[in-house]
Amino acid sequence: MRAIITVIGKDQVGIVAKISTICAKYDANILDINQTLLQEIFTMTMLIDIKNISKELGVLKEELEEVGKEMELKIHVMHEDIFNSMHRI
Amino acid sequence: MVNTGDILETIKMIQEENLDIRTITMGISLIDCIDPDIDKACEKVYKKITSYAKNLVKVGEEIEKEYGIPIINKRISVTPIAIISAASKGNPVKFALALEKAAIDCNVNFIGGYSALVQKGFSVGDKELILSIPEALSKTERVCASVNIGSTKAGINLDACKLMGQIVRKTSEITADRNCLGSAKLVVFCNAPEDNPFMAGAFHGVGEPECVINVGVSGPGVVKAAIAKAPEANITEIADIIKKTAFKITRMGQLVGTEASKRLGVPFGIVDLSLAPTPAVGDSVAHILEEMGLEKCGTHGTTATLAILNDAVKKGGVMASSKVGGLSGAFIPVTEDAGMIDAARCEALLLEKLEAMTAVCSVGLDMIVIPGETPAETISAIIADEAAIGMVNSKTTAVRVIPAIGKKEGEELNFGGLLGYGPIMKVNSHSSAKFINRGGQIPAPMQSLKN
Repeated sequence: MRAIITVIGKDQVGIVAKISTICAKYDANILDINQTLLQEIFTMTMLIDIKNISKELGVLKEELEEVGKEMELKIHVMHEDIFNSMHRI
Repeated sequence: MVNTGDILETIKMIQEENLDIRTITMGISLIDCIDPDIDKACEKVYKKITSYAKNLVKVGEEIEKEYGIPIINKRISVTPIAIISAASKGNPVKFALALEKAAIDCNVNFIGGYSALVQKGFSVGDKELILSIPEALSKTERVCASVNIGSTKAGINLDACKLMGQIVRKTSEITADRNCLGSAKLVVFCNAPEDNPFMAGAFHGVGEPECVINVGVSGPGVVKAAIAKAPEANITEIADIIKKTAFKITRMGQLVGTEASKRLGVPFGIVDLSLAPTPAVGDSVAHILEEMGLEKCGTHGTTATLAILNDAVKKGGVMASSKVGGLSGAFIPVTEDAGMIDAARCEALLLEKLEAMTAVCSVGLDMIVIPGETPAETISAIIADEAAIGMVNSKTTAVRVIPAIGKKEGEELNFGGLLGYGPIMKVNSHSSAKFINRGGQIPAPMQSLKN
């Protein structure tokens, strides 16, 4: 079971730190990180393992969205299967 | 890992272009609830539905959270009640009340199946059920009714057409204090599909298994956005773009359907590949047609663009799902589509054009508000015309018109929510009464010599 966290918004100090701290708090192992900067828009996708997370994915999601609001970033957490089914045959 | 561009595309589809799962519908067979005592039968119906569907909403919400896809409706469809009520003496409305109670307790917003299949004639129970529809729809909020009055194999039951014209009118009259909402939950079909997850026409056909999960996807906004990115494309390329988009949308439906069926321990039925609009901006089928190059939906070229859209949606979707069924195609419900509402208001879109469009779309004359004084025979004739298109072309057609009691052409009717709002459309005022009053059966059409 893996999920993908996407973060979109204005680049600033501490984005990766904050997100990864939350992941660590719930025992979500980070498997891959991909980040780019397009005209000052920060875009990051993070693949996490949610098999052994300590709380439900919904809880992790809510906390990340809370951080998103504070830092004015758009943060989404979605199951990896969605992307695989939509973009791969 | 999936590449960033693809991930962002999916998120954009959901966040900005209103991509969602329109409905997860659980089909439940009620055949074993038949009982000569109507109260016992109703109790069995209630118990069966609430035991099978008790976790439907909960599982839907779990999937919604975990996968990050909005699932707008969770619904239930059941065996056509006329089959169940036939064995019991008494007022079939009792079954509607049992369905309503079950729907409330399962927390689903609609339950479909207050239905009768009479394409070749009425059997015991059919007529009683049809006659009880106005009362049933006025005493309930979540129950949906449908009647199949024709098929390519059987022809069209003109007696049933006549009766349904009266029933549609009566349902509107009896719910006139609630914006005639009753007739928005009543569909008259030709070639009704047995596995349709969409309301108001959903019922669980007799050939279906005991219990099944059907899924209806949606995403007119996504298709429109994809076409908007290719302003110079020719129509072959447009068809290709729609196909690819429909593929992605359907894959999501397939995923959610399989997951829901796994979690509920119920077999997965079908994905209905439909583009179902809502009155929300950016969720309109009419706007797709306008994006393809029409100034207003309803003008010349509308039927051709709709035919392309409908066909391409099916071609893309079929490849994406292991089981496809239901209505599968583009819906054109007038009051539920911001673009259609606009087009009808400025009279670019007329009833006659809508009828032509139904020859190439997936359903029929859907959610059309007509003047309150429209005679029952005219409504019957509208139903007969629409059924004839379905019968001859071997496709599903349906009529869901709402006579706006006490209102005239040009005024508006507002149902609120997903059912939307819309102007009252002009209906031809010349009489069809003699034709309708003849009664009888329109013979089934030739299946060869097709021209």
